[in-house]
This record gives sequence, C-alpha cells and structure tokens, in this order.
Amino acid sequence: MLRYIYGDELHNYSHLQDTMHRDRAVQFRDRLKWEVTVDDNGWERDEYDGLNPLYVIWEDGQGGHGGSMRFLPTSGRTMVNDHFAHLSDTQISSPLIWECTRFCLSPKASPKVAGALMLAGGELMRAFSLTHLLGVFDARMVRIYNMIGAAPEVLGSTGTGRDQISVGLWAYRAEDRMKVLRRAGLSSDISEAWFNRSFGHQIAAQKAA
Amino acid sequence: MLNDFNNFFQGLERAERLDEIQGLLVALRDEMQIDHTVYHWVSADGEQYGFGTYTPAWIQHYLDKEYLRVDPVILGCFQRFHPVDWKKLDWSSKAARTFRRDAIDHGVGNQGYSIPIRGPNGQFALFTVSHNCDDVTWAQFTEDNQRGLILVAHFLNQKALEIEKGRVPEPMRALSPREVDTLTFLAMGYGRGQVAEMLSISEHTLRAYIESARFKLGASNTTHAVARALSEGFIVVGGAAREAEGHWPGKDGPEAITA
Repeated sequence: MLRYIYGDELHNYSHLQDTMHRDRAVQFRDRLKWEVTVDDNGWERDEYDGLNPLYVIWEDGQGGHGGSMRFLPTSGRTMVNDHFAHLSDTQISSPLIWECTRFCLSPKASPKVAGALMLAGGELMRAFSLTHLLGVFDARMVRIYNMIGAAPEVLGSTGTGRDQISVGLWAYRAEDRMKVLRRAGLSSDISEAWFNRSFGHQIAAQKAA
Repeated sequence: MLNDFNNFFQGLERAERLDEIQGLLVALRDEMQIDHTVYHWVSADGEQYGFGTYTPAWIQHYLDKEYLRVDPVILGCFQRFHPVDWKKLDWSSKAARTFRRDAIDHGVGNQGYSIPIRGPNGQFALFTVSHNCDDVTWAQFTEDNQRGLILVAHFLNQKALEIEKGRVPEPMRALSPREVDTLTFLAMGYGRGQVAEMLSISEHTLRAYIESARFKLGASNTTHAVARALSEGFIVVGGAAREAEGHWPGKDGPEAITA
C-alpha cells in the first residue's frame, strides 16, 4: 500500500524508515555508485532528508519498504536547484512545482511498485493543484518511466550510458490518471482511500490545465 | 466562483505598508464573497503577527487564551507544505472542540482552508480563508481557487518579510536563461506553441518555465509576468516587439501570432 509521510512522522513507521534508508544505500551507493553518505546504521541520508520532506512509500506485505520517493516544493530549497541547475540551464521555483528525488525501488520490489509510485505523484499533483513535478533520476529510471507510460521530459543530463543522471519534468495531465492506474494495477477507489488515510483529505478532481 | 486574483497581485506589488496589505485582504475577501481572509505569521520564538478580516475582539481573545497552543490549524499546518482543509484536521480533543465553538461564536465560520508557508530561518506563516457554508459549497470553492490561493499565500509572505521592520528585502530571484528566453519570445508576441518550438521543448515544459518565472516575479499571470520582467529590466525587447497595449497574442493558447 501507499503511504504519504512527512519526515517528522517517519519515526512512527520505524521499520519502513529503516528499510527505506537501507534500500536507498543499496540503490544509490552500491548499484549506481553515487557519492552518497551512508551512516553507521547503513542508512543513506542527505541534507534534504533534514528539510522535513514528504515521502511517498510503498509498503510491502511484511510492512517493509518496497519503493519510495521524496518531495519538496521548489519555492524553497531543493536538491535540483542546489546541485543540478546546470544540467537544465534553469532554476525552477514555484509552490506549484514540487521536486521529486531519491526515487528508489527495493531489490525485491514487484514491477507494479514503480507504477504505484508514479500514480502517487499524480495524486499529489491532482490534490494540491500542482502544475509539474521536477525530478532527478538515473538512466535505468528513464527506461522504467517509459515502460509504465509516464515518461518525463528530460531537461538535461550528465554522464553517459548507465552512469547518466538526468533532470526532467512531469506535467500534470488529468487524462493520464486512468492509464497510470491501469499500469499500476490499482483501482481509483483504493488509491483515493490510501491518500485520504494519509492526509485525512478527499481529492477533488483538478480542473484540466 | 473563479477569481484570477489580478487586483490583489497588482495591489500587492505596489504595497509598501502593512495597512495597505490589510486593505488588499479586505478587498480580496469581498471579491471572493467569503467571510474571512487572514495572514498569520508565527516566528521561531512564538512571536505572532498578522492581518486580515478577523474581528479585533477575536484576535485579542485568541492571544489572551493562548490558542496558538491548541489551534488544530496551527498544529496541523506547522512543518507542512500542502494546503489543508480544516475538516481534515484533528478536532477530537476537548481543548480543540472548545476552541472551535469559541471561533464560530466569534464569526470565524464553520469552514476553513489554510496554506502553510515555510519561510527563511524557521519562519512559519499561514494564509487562511474561512467562511460559513455547507461542505459541498466549500469543496467547490477550494477546488476552483486552490492554485490562486497558494500563490496569494506565497506572495503575501514575501511582501510581509519585506515590510517587516529590520528585514532587508530579499532580492528578487534572478530569472534563469530559459526563463529569460521564454518571456522574451512571449514579449515579442509569439504564441506558446511557437515559443516551445523555438526552445525545442514541449508546451508542458514551457508552462513550467512560465510558472517559475511568474513566481519569481510575483506576477498574477503570464501577461503580468512579461510586463514585470520588462520593467525590472530582466528582459529586453527591441524593435521587433509585436505586443500592443492590452492585448497579448498567444496568451490564451497556442494560436497563431498576429502578423
């Protein structure tokens, strides 16, 4: 199931938190060889985890981390603007555009998990009238995004082949939702129920852009 | 009712004193035909400051009762960045229920919607609209106006930071090269479709650049953003400018330019 959790609430889900940060170490340090910091607990954490971001986490049947991503509004400090602005020749800044970073999949995750996370990104845009999400991702993610029918528009990249890191944008389009639901294998009702449980909040349909 | 917040944004751009902001909030309230518009700032040390249309009696009462400690809106919005409908907050404690009765007795309304803002150095502020109506009416109002209200909240906070004594105004965030290109071509009268083509990006991405430039410029819409960028000297348009006063080719969509 999907959970939407702010950083200051994450300790209430200690197993989820622990397995997310460990899976991030596996993905970003071990597999992608990014220069990330892993602490004594085996957790990959960076300074943006300290800015009380909103996490979206797929919780697997055993209560562990299946996949996750991290959101911050670009009206404030963001990783994209601090570290990747040169890739796209731009500094995006708007409360209607949130950055999405540390998109991570557990090594055990089923193929549906990436689709569920993309769905969650769409639900955030729909519920809070966002126009776009701005993301940083590696080459493998581009293939996964394409496969689940949610390809971002790449604004710029660095590196080549498997080492490529890109910055890209997803625009909100109301008509994408059914397609993403289908690919994630989830019903609209269940997605809304997960969202409401996290936010205590009904999603009203966003007007088409 | 849909509101483009144009009067508010233009007034805010000119405002230099707090009492002017107060007047703008009253006008915005009247224009939206709701009961209240309120800006509430809480600094890291718990100091409060604000303006808006709540009665002075309610504000004094709120301070006297130290409601800051029990107000579910404050507790539910602190450290958050998504807009919050008051219905979705936790009103279950006795203190919260007492507070709610008291607020309604003071004319705050039975519905509310607050947008939290995280400012610099732990500053926390809220922009709130409140009203007395049924749930369906309120849901429609917030759905229609959410995007504009989020921008109102942020622009208001930027202005409040500027005006508050002892603070150096934050420099206007510089436009990035992509944003300068975007606004320059729009100022020259090209439609969005053509600008996207010239920059080799999709119209969806162009929209992100426009959105970002508009936020940095504190502008209510694309036309206003272009005008501000011109007046601030961020963009320069020479003799090729095709815009005419009061009309902007392409502002309503990617239709052809007027030759």
